[in-house]
Amino acid sequence: MGAGHAHRLYRHGHSPVHALPPHTKLTAVFCFVVVVVSTPREAVWAFAAYALLLASVAYAARVPPLFWLKRLLIEVPFVAFALLLPFVAEGERTEVLGMSLSVHGLWGAWNVLAKGTLGVAASVLLAATTELRELLLGLQRLKLPPLLVQIASFMIRYGDVVADEMRRMRIARESRGFEARGVRHWGVLAKSAGALFIRSYERGERVHLAMVSRGYAGSMPVIDEVAATRAQWTYALTLPLTALAVCLLGWTLS
Amino acid sequence: MHVPDGFINAPVSVAAGAVAVGAVAVSLRGARRELDERTAPLAGLVAAFIFAVQMLNFPVAAGTSGHLLGGALAAILVGPYTAVLCVSVVLLMQGLLFADGGLTALGVNITVMACVTTVVAYAIFRGLAKVLPRGRRSVTAAAFTAALVSVPAAAAAFTLLYAVGGTTDVPLGKVATAMIGVHVLIGIGEAAITALTVGAVIAVRPDLVHGARGLTAPLKLRVGGELVDAPATPAPAPAPAAAGSHRKLWAAGLVTSLILAGFVSFYASTNPDGLEKVAHDKGFDKGEKEHDAADSPLADYGVKDISNTRLSGGLAGVIGVGVTVVAGSAVFWAVRRRRDGDGTESGPASTATDDVTAATATSATSTTSATSATSVTKPAENA
Repeated sequence: MGAGHAHRLYRHGHSPVHALPPHTKLTAVFCFVVVVVSTPREAVWAFAAYALLLASVAYAARVPPLFWLKRLLIEVPFVAFALLLPFVAEGERTEVLGMSLSVHGLWGAWNVLAKGTLGVAASVLLAATTELRELLLGLQRLKLPPLLVQIASFMIRYGDVVADEMRRMRIARESRGFEARGVRHWGVLAKSAGALFIRSYERGERVHLAMVSRGYAGSMPVIDEVAATRAQWTYALTLPLTALAVCLLGWTLS
Repeated sequence: MHVPDGFINAPVSVAAGAVAVGAVAVSLRGARRELDERTAPLAGLVAAFIFAVQMLNFPVAAGTSGHLLGGALAAILVGPYTAVLCVSVVLLMQGLLFADGGLTALGVNITVMACVTTVVAYAIFRGLAKVLPRGRRSVTAAAFTAALVSVPAAAAAFTLLYAVGGTTDVPLGKVATAMIGVHVLIGIGEAAITALTVGAVIAVRPDLVHGARGLTAPLKLRVGGELVDAPATPAPAPAPAAAGSHRKLWAAGLVTSLILAGFVSFYASTNPDGLEKVAHDKGFDKGEKEHDAADSPLADYGVKDISNTRLSGGLAGVIGVGVTVVAGSAVFWAVRRRRDGDGTESGPASTATDDVTAATATSATSTTSATSATSVTKPAENA
């Protein structure tokens, strides 16, 4: 997988964060998110501390703040949902700007917003500093079943191909004057989806035959073993360990 | 519909994660049964298809549009186990690459969207397919109902998780009403698209639809304007022989070789090897070194110290066959034990043979269909 397969969220760079072995990064991000989720929501300052931690990681990874913030827009749909919570939750009410809002609902909305945003931010940083292939190697290194990793790698390798095929079908439809405007046109779109399935499945069969003819016997050869030194592990785990300290402080103070 | 971080509390997330891990482990085994060693590329491509088809927008009205969730569609098209795997992989990649759905909520997402959706959809689909008359329309109808129920079922499962481990105390009734209400609407769209898509695939490649196996009608020939059943196709690749037949084959082979070696060998030519004869005639075996084993008890196909040539030759043959059989069996047994020790991986040799037989079978059918293209009609599924 060359440069053509870099995903849209990846940002090429040579920072210390880019250079870390992928499985250490995956572990760090996962532990960090677990710590964030188990922090009490009343410890507002703790979330500020987490945000600062992530910002320092982004600085170390030389990910420009604007790039990073733009990627956070993915969580907009559930922000809208969170904003709805104060209106529907029950419990004691409070007056904010002339609206009667539930106190529980406000806390709930804050909880979802803060933890969700931090989680998305951490994932975006991971995706921005880790190449696809590295990510798969890292998952394999973390003892994910090899078959699952293979499926994921095939999905990623051929995801663009299948999506392109769909785009070509759309262009073909549009060049024949078709425009889907409502429920009446679902039949045409569904036929496209069916054709897409057949093409994907047949491509899978061809890929399998090609692999068999090159000696595939159920497992992929591991060519480059990723290994992490103790220093790299320490460097990667600084983030979740600091977060854990903040979390424990939050539990004791609140 | 992806659940973000912090929506479900930590203990319930961990429990859902355990459920998800169990479900994926079961599916990994099941998918091997559905797809054998083609699992990785085929499931990968199907996952890519689901990923792509989720980007296909279906306009509803007035500028709003929805998209397919794909759980029910995958279950019907490729079978429940592969479907769980594909949707799980899609969710995993969405969580890692696109930050869509929280990492700690991955267990919740997989449990709700991969497991509940596909299992409910497939159970309903199978049940309906059993009840309804066989035919294309029944499959489409079953697909519609399966997808229709699967989406609210997933919403109900989510509500259940929320009731146990929700972080906000929104009254449960409201959550349930909102979630299930909205998802009934989504389910109708999903059902329509799923049924249409399944129908489109069945129309072209019914053999690819896992849920429609056994639907293909037997091949008919038109002979003199009349439809008659095509003669039975040459038996497809023979089923792997059972252990019992192996033993039978082994015993028969052993007896035959013993007979041949012990009794028939006597009648064999005294110049059995053409090269030996030619060499002797031309005299170029003068420089030939005597074999190292020349003074072994069985040298030159006779047993030492037995003067009767008939008896000697026959006995040597029997002993030779015995030793060969024992050695061969030992090698075979060792190889098989090693291969079994490798676990589920099938050896390259067996794969290759399978493919060759499959290829021959395909080419055979294609030739028959080509030669009799004018006279063979494949009646449409009894709709």
